[in-house]
Amino acid sequence: MTATTSPYAELKAPTTARRLLTAPTTGPLAALLLACAFFSLSTDQFLTGGNFSLIVQQVMVVGTLAIGQTLIILTAGIDLSCGAVMAFGSIVIAKMAAEGSVPPLVAIALGLVVCGGFGLLNGLLVQKIPLPPFIVTLGMLNVAFALTHIYSEEQTVTNLPGPLTALGQTFPLGHTDITYGSLVTIALFLLLAYALSSTGWGRHVYALGNSAEAARLNGIRTSRLTIGIYTVAGLLYGIAALLLISRTGVGDPQAGQTDNLDSITAVVLGGTSLFGGRGSVLGTFIGVLIVGVFRNGLQLMGVASIYQTLITGVLVILAVTVDQLSRKKAR
Amino acid sequence: MSRTTRLSSSLLRAAAVTGVAALTLTACGSGSGSGSGSKSSGSGSVKVGLITKTDTNPFFVKMKEGAEKAAKENGVQLSTAAGKFDGDNAGQVTAIENMVAAGVKGILITPSDSKAIVPAIQKARAKGVLVIALDTPTEPESAVDALFATDNLKAGQLIGEYAKAVMKGKKAKIAALDLAPGVSVGVQRHNGFLKGFGATDKDVVCAQDTGGDQAKGQTAMENCLQKAPGINVVYTINEPAALGAYTALKAKGREKDVLIVSVDGGCTGTQAVKDGKIAATSQQYPLKMAAEGVKAVVTYAKDGKKASGYTDTGVTLITDKAQDGVTAKDTGYGLENCWG
Repeated sequence: MTATTSPYAELKAPTTARRLLTAPTTGPLAALLLACAFFSLSTDQFLTGGNFSLIVQQVMVVGTLAIGQTLIILTAGIDLSCGAVMAFGSIVIAKMAAEGSVPPLVAIALGLVVCGGFGLLNGLLVQKIPLPPFIVTLGMLNVAFALTHIYSEEQTVTNLPGPLTALGQTFPLGHTDITYGSLVTIALFLLLAYALSSTGWGRHVYALGNSAEAARLNGIRTSRLTIGIYTVAGLLYGIAALLLISRTGVGDPQAGQTDNLDSITAVVLGGTSLFGGRGSVLGTFIGVLIVGVFRNGLQLMGVASIYQTLITGVLVILAVTVDQLSRKKAR
Repeated sequence: MSRTTRLSSSLLRAAAVTGVAALTLTACGSGSGSGSGSKSSGSGSVKVGLITKTDTNPFFVKMKEGAEKAAKENGVQLSTAAGKFDGDNAGQVTAIENMVAAGVKGILITPSDSKAIVPAIQKARAKGVLVIALDTPTEPESAVDALFATDNLKAGQLIGEYAKAVMKGKKAKIAALDLAPGVSVGVQRHNGFLKGFGATDKDVVCAQDTGGDQAKGQTAMENCLQKAPGINVVYTINEPAALGAYTALKAKGREKDVLIVSVDGGCTGTQAVKDGKIAATSQQYPLKMAAEGVKAVVTYAKDGKKASGYTDTGVTLITDKAQDGVTAKDTGYGLENCWG
């Protein structure tokens, strides 16, 4: 724990140019741009507005989960339950609205409350008992997974009322169709990026991640802060649940099974440290896009999907290696 | 210190991607699955997409082989994709979108979730893409242009009739090692078996889900034997589950007096029939499903004629202990035509 690794170090960087070069998102951004350049040269269909709109649509669900995951990882925690909690939220929303004759907006609100409740419970267990986040969220993963399958009776929910899929609808922008859900995701990224970088709350989150004890001694109410972070993350999973329904048009009990790992992948690729206290949600956005661009680009090139898995794995190991090496040198 | 480290870390990350990109080029250059990758843009030839449930199941590996062979013969470009796990609907939706963006003429898909995939298929068809379901029908079946698949009810019925002939009127105590709740393939095979046997679910003394997995099949059989030691007929969803059941029975010394029947016709499974571990299996033909699917897309690209309705790609009962009145082929034929 040295001053050089604190997020404030960047703020003191002397020139804009230097600040840009040393920002933690510069590496991921360069990687993303290189990947885009590569795929633009490789296929005719990559570099079109429609295709970029498609990529954003494809990553919005994992992207929204990854915002919550970033907040938790910034506190040196981890959330293995995010995908399962989202799946449960999506089944609650879909089933309530499609079969339970609950007004769609009430069903959506219920889904958000349920997901937020899971987050709150995670936070309480992590903070009050306290238990390691890995264990709490591993348990919650199984709880949410089981509840999803019990409540859905293993059935996919179809014939959803219109408001549930509204975010999946498109509007034209120039020659491109954009979904409303993409805008929601981008807005959430910007909102949380602002909250983290420019509010007292954001500074407290970083301080907590750097050293919970030091943060507490400095008068930060770390207990309340931690529980709050897990709850906000839960609410974000609820929004992801709605985005998921709007995208696929159904309530799917099988959904989200690998999304916990995909969200962690995005956070790591975006340069956020798994040891807490260092990183950003904008980096995560770039991380999410890197995965989406590779998947889309390789498919356009006609490369089998297993190579996407291979490449993602290699990228994750490289990203963590870089994080570790830079930490060692900084000490 | 930290600043220079950060700078070099940025460069490292960038270098990493360049390296991976090079890896990608090598990968598609080596042509496994898609030798067409290097000339993908603007060559003007017909593109066909194949989306399977997973990349790893031998059944789908064989399906891919069939599609690749047919694509080569017909001079079309094949691109393939798969879900990450059985049931990964979102992964299949993404694959459909990317293939439509890549300008495919037709998509062959084995739906992981028969209902959940429907809206994505509708979007693709609205853009003029021919969509054919392979192996597993969508719900409703009319959501795709055509279905090329095994008649799973018939596959179950064949082993049911065979088991009935072997039992010769002896009182049957049946164990059913099923797939998973709500999955149509499993339900149809299960019901087909009961129909062929002339039994009802009341005659099934133990039913368990296995996910078609050997280890889970073994556990399920062990538990069934605990529950009902008198079991003498075992219906299994596929041969891995059957082999799991065999292991469990062998541990109890019961492998000789319990009849195991199965569906699938994979090479390992067919060999197990030859070795006497499984009495009979209904063999299906994934290679044929994929090959006919590719041909249908080629026809559509040439004449604009869309394939429609259901095409039965056939199923054959394989056993070395044939019974009177039940049509079957021996394992010699089975091993020549097996997949995996």
